[in-house]
Amino acid sequence: MYNYNDFDAKFVAERNRQFRRQVERRISGNLSEEEFKPLRLMNGLYLQLHAYMLRVAIPYGTLNSRQMRQLANIAERWDKGYGHFTTRQNIQFNWPKLRDVPDMLDALAEVDMHAIQTSGNTIRNVTADHFAGAAADEIADPRPVAELLRQWSTDHPEFQFLPRKFKIAVSGSPNDRAVIRAHDIGIGIVKRDGRIGYCIIAGGGLGRTPMIGKVISEFVTQENLLPYVEAVVSVWNLLGRRDNKYKSRIKITVHEHGIEKIRSLVEERFELLRRTYSGIDIKLFEEITAAFSPPEFQKVSAGEFELAYKSDPVFESWADTNLAKHRAEGYAIAQISLKAHGQTPGDATSDQMRAMADMAEEYGNDELRISHEQNVVLPHVRKSDLPAIHSILKKHGLATANIGLASDIIACPGMDYCALATARSIPVAQDISNLLKNLEDEIGELKIKISGCINACGHHHLGHIGILGLDRAGVENYQITLGGDATQNTALGRRTGPGFSHDKIVPAVERLILTYLELRENSGETFIEAYRRLGMEPFKSALYDRVHAHAAE
Amino acid sequence: MNLIVNDNGFSKDDWNGGFSALNDARPDVGIDLATSSDPGELQGRLDDISIIRVIFPNFSDGRGFTIARCLRLMGYNGRLRAAGHVIADQYAMARRAGFDEIEIAGAIAERQPEADWRFRANWREHDYQSRLRGRIPF
Ligand code: HEM
Ligand code: SF4
Repeated sequence: MYNYNDFDAKFVAERNRQFRRQVERRISGNLSEEEFKPLRLMNGLYLQLHAYMLRVAIPYGTLNSRQMRQLANIAERWDKGYGHFTTRQNIQFNWPKLRDVPDMLDALAEVDMHAIQTSGNTIRNVTADHFAGAAADEIADPRPVAELLRQWSTDHPEFQFLPRKFKIAVSGSPNDRAVIRAHDIGIGIVKRDGRIGYCIIAGGGLGRTPMIGKVISEFVTQENLLPYVEAVVSVWNLLGRRDNKYKSRIKITVHEHGIEKIRSLVEERFELLRRTYSGIDIKLFEEITAAFSPPEFQKVSAGEFELAYKSDPVFESWADTNLAKHRAEGYAIAQISLKAHGQTPGDATSDQMRAMADMAEEYGNDELRISHEQNVVLPHVRKSDLPAIHSILKKHGLATANIGLASDIIACPGMDYCALATARSIPVAQDISNLLKNLEDEIGELKIKISGCINACGHHHLGHIGILGLDRAGVENYQITLGGDATQNTALGRRTGPGFSHDKIVPAVERLILTYLELRENSGETFIEAYRRLGMEPFKSALYDRVHAHAAE
Repeated sequence: MNLIVNDNGFSKDDWNGGFSALNDARPDVGIDLATSSDPGELQGRLDDISIIRVIFPNFSDGRGFTIARCLRLMGYNGRLRAAGHVIADQYAMARRAGFDEIEIAGAIAERQPEADWRFRANWREHDYQSRLRGRIPF
């Protein structure tokens, strides 16, 4: 795992010194709220419905036990004893006081963490595949590139006042778990003639105008990576629209000018920029890569695992849903669900954070990951340790066996916290999860994603079932989309028709699911496969035809 | 009266040649550039210019930083100034992007006194860019 070197540590300390002073100037009135806003946003501080919110970066989703324990301490000392993990591999604290924030940032710096560029019109926290370094299907670990990009984008003098936010994600595997086609820039690691390089995708994004990113360059070599990415952002900085914030993201720039035009401008800028890199970034990249070298995997018998699997049905069902294939024999990737039925998706208490830290230290090579699906991952565990891990998880309310199932819902904070919300999303997620609790094993793989407004923080466009909460004349109204896909086959869901009121949305989802169960070819055909085969019609009819609607209610 | 800010703090403007827009550029007169201009238009003319002033209409309009950088990359070695609504917290960015100095109005200087600007006179330190590039970018 990457640890801060002297330079990183001093940088963060200096940055905190600056922010402490900015807070003082704000409190004394020498900085106007208008001027303070971008400065606090650059340091992850939002103003929400009820209070400030501090968004802390978990770069590429990787944490060690010390860092997780510090997050637990921060939640206890300056917040209400819990934190919220988000789809962009951040953790949000919902209740800090402005004057405490500089101290919170110092506490983060003690464990090599920060809140830099987790908001504002700048390059945001770079995200990566949460199975990085462990997945069986990986070409290369995406985290070294993500760390290189973190350093490059941090405090980049040209890019602190961009037309709008800018999000980058990296995947090291052809099976995309980082949703790279829904980012401003998505980077896929590829291999050509035995050489590693990067496929660069630009102009993806969700929000009110969802777009799937387009390939701007099929193969960029390591030495060209930083100047190439820099050229993309630089071209957009001048070209991106500043007259209308709904049209300012690069997806619109690419859409308005065409990818060919953008590509040629980028190539021109790239020629200027590459000369400013002496090649020392390659050396730095090699050092970073060495820091991420995989742990030594031992050969251990999986006997204890097999025994528990055969004798304990609760363990069996957890193992069936929550484990993923590890690259080393005898090992597994264990996912800890933060989606206990009826709870807020993505929330963890300080006690739970400490329990996860302890398990990582004892059984997991001291590593934890945060997934964009708002769960926590122990990336390297011996299968033989899984029964012990499972019993600890049970004690802390963390053993929910629902990864990838109907109740593993992504939901944004919605009306419960967010100042931009037009509807609640957390209660809808809670109700769906309670409703499907006993049916979800039968249903199998299903991605439900919920946003509380058109900004789409809950990725609803990419849900097999997407739910978007709107405001219709003061009343919450939920639109449904079907057929979204967040994998390498990225697809945007299609709207089924008119929306549903708050008390009708959960029964509507239930009707969709019953229809699927009725019409699927066999239990091996997933919801999304059935939808692709059958099309929208039967689902639409289940939603809107009176007969069906009454039968299910 | 407007003030000039550089690493030494505030000073009086010592440029007496005035400024004009790009389309009526004259020798020995500085050039004023809006943040909406395309720096490419100055291609081939940069050797004859002694000072360029990029006017920030608002501190949140970050195009000026990319314009500065492009001008430097195109080989401009003359004086480069940021003016308009620039705040002290942007001083380091401006210097790193290639500006030599900032011109601010008295009203800004009142709320953001010299000490706020000097606070970032250390802009050469803690700079990821020079670390990743291995040399000063220009
Ligand atoms: C609570 C305060 C939040 C505010 C004010 C907020 C604001 C926004 C806005 C305005 C957009 C639309 C940007 C655009 O289309 O240009 C957006 C998009 C997005 N946000 Fe949030 N958000 C918040 C919380 C979150 C949370 C908790 C998450 C993660 C769970 C998140 C993840 C995302 C994602 C993934 C997108 C869509 C991708 C894209 O940028 O195109 N946001 N957010
Ligand atoms: S989707 Fe809307 S309601 Fe939900 S967090 Fe984003 S901005 Fe807030």
